[in-house]
Amino acid sequence: MIVRRGTSLARRESTWGLLFLAPWILGFILFFAGPMLVSLGASFTDLVLVRPGAVKFVGLDNWVRLVSDQLVLKSLLVTGNFLLIAVPISLGLPLLMAVLLNSERLVAKPLFRALFFMPVLIPGVATAAIWQGVLNVQTGWIDLALRAMGIPAPDWLNQPQWVIPALSLIATWSVGNAMVIMLAGLQNVPSELYDAAKVDGANALYRFFKISIPMISPVIFYNLVLATIAAFQYFLTAFVLYQNTAGPNNAALFYMMNLYKEAFVYYNMGYASALAWGLFIVGLAVTIGLFASARRWVYYAGGDS
Amino acid sequence: MATVSGVGVASKQRARALPSTPALSRQLRGLLLAGTVSLFAIMLVTVYLMPLGYSAAVSMRGATLEADQPLWPSDPAKFTYNGESYDLYNVPIDGKMRTLALYKPGREQSTWLDPSDPSTPIEWVGRWRTLDRVWIFSPHWGNFAEAWKITNFGRLLFNTLAIAIIGTIGAVTSATVVAYGFSRFRIPGKTILFTILVGTIILPQQVTIVPTYTLFARIGWVGSWLPLLVPHFFGNAYNVFLLRQFFMSIPRDMDEAAMIDGAGPFRTLISVIVPQAWAAITAVCLFHFFFAWNDFLGPLVYLVGHEELWPIAVGMSYFTGQYTQLPHLIQATALMALALPVAIFVLAQRVFVQGVVVTGVDK
Repeated sequence: MIVRRGTSLARRESTWGLLFLAPWILGFILFFAGPMLVSLGASFTDLVLVRPGAVKFVGLDNWVRLVSDQLVLKSLLVTGNFLLIAVPISLGLPLLMAVLLNSERLVAKPLFRALFFMPVLIPGVATAAIWQGVLNVQTGWIDLALRAMGIPAPDWLNQPQWVIPALSLIATWSVGNAMVIMLAGLQNVPSELYDAAKVDGANALYRFFKISIPMISPVIFYNLVLATIAAFQYFLTAFVLYQNTAGPNNAALFYMMNLYKEAFVYYNMGYASALAWGLFIVGLAVTIGLFASARRWVYYAGGDS
Repeated sequence: MATVSGVGVASKQRARALPSTPALSRQLRGLLLAGTVSLFAIMLVTVYLMPLGYSAAVSMRGATLEADQPLWPSDPAKFTYNGESYDLYNVPIDGKMRTLALYKPGREQSTWLDPSDPSTPIEWVGRWRTLDRVWIFSPHWGNFAEAWKITNFGRLLFNTLAIAIIGTIGAVTSATVVAYGFSRFRIPGKTILFTILVGTIILPQQVTIVPTYTLFARIGWVGSWLPLLVPHFFGNAYNVFLLRQFFMSIPRDMDEAAMIDGAGPFRTLISVIVPQAWAAITAVCLFHFFFAWNDFLGPLVYLVGHEELWPIAVGMSYFTGQYTQLPHLIQATALMALALPVAIFVLAQRVFVQGVVVTGVDK
């Protein structure tokens, strides 16, 4: 009797629970799992949105095209190049800011925290427009300063070799979240560790690299994963700056720029679906690789979970 | 293998750490360190936010730009005499710099007027073109009105606010309900469901846009706001995660007491959980509002060709692409686009920072 009442209670609880989860489950199927499966299917067809009806199964054609497409190769190189420059910056800069904000020597901490964080809230389109002006070869302040110092000023956004460095510079305005998270991580490091090290005479640099860095390595890892994913999805700034041209010599042909063009300029949905899945697979592989590497260098104070 | 080693080393340096310096010099050293660190922070913040200064300066300058124009919003200084206006220059006369108005320019010799005594013209031998013009600070506030008109900013602002507010209502209610389910009920397979939920945060949203677009195109939603609004009524993973973390920290005793009093799960959610979680719910409101304000790819593809429905992001991107020769208006638009988000941030800074920390550190 008691047992039966218990199970019916449990069933009632799980029914209620599922009812509350229902919106998300439904949304997951409708807007995530469903579309993913549909696009997997579409990647084997010649679906073109402007001439619906006559969809043909084309087997692996789209996938063969994907692996042999020079533009895909170029877009992977551009994205990879950006990743190698922008990701270290988007980890190093917020770490520097967080260390500054965590320093007991700094005055007016809340003000500095707000100022360092603020750019992340500026709409991406406005950020791109502002930096487009700042990086202008004639009137931009960076090139004016460089010329005043006698350094040859590059045409950041129009010389192919300077496009990725310029975009990495713009990406410094999106490190606010990483900074706040790293700051919280630093504040969670038990002060006994530092005190003990101080008693032993360890200097500040030593304490930073041997205590701070290992203790916040989970937070660094979290930000590394997010920054890597963001680099793979990089689109907005490049699009606002170059619209459909992808920059000089295709220097800003990021993977998403190429995908956008195929999908929403040519409406080649079959091939675009293959491109989207290609991005998903590459992104997933890199993320898994990062998680595998985490075992070597990420330290969990509470033990591995 | 990363471990916290090195805590118990460096015994050689121990002697140095002993308090051997007088208190005064230690205080001085502390002050010096504080000064250095703060100075470095000021320098970093100045360089970091320099583009904002650039934007402000350019947004207030005139439509034309002279070669010798200073960086700040400026116009050539003029002197008006007998209804005619003359440019002011700094002229070296008898080893002294004097500010004079160029009355009759000549190649090798010019006639000047002294603004304080214009009735006696001054002759000066030399090339006036080599002289420095006098500039006065004159912000062109009218640029903002012009940018507002040319971009139809009122319309863009209305659209952005409408999309953001409707979406926020959907995002907050659905995330609250779903987070309640995840935090308070024993459901078979809940761990797997939650793992999938967190997984969707990591997976690129851009990947689904192609099939989702095809779906919305089939049911005729492209060219309307529906694709930008409806999906948010189904619980966004990021928001659910944040609220769930928060709900878990609310003691269960209170909802159990409410249940005993006969409140059903819905009543408990509304009268017990929600009032205690206002901080987190506010954070979700703000996050969604900012997401909607910044969202670009969605409105770009779903509202192509429907200018009357565009939000600021898309309208501004179109404008920057079209009017590259009007940098002062582009910068004015950029500042108008960032004004509201930055103002909200200044007012609700703490909510923001805490929300970021909860999702970033607690996992």
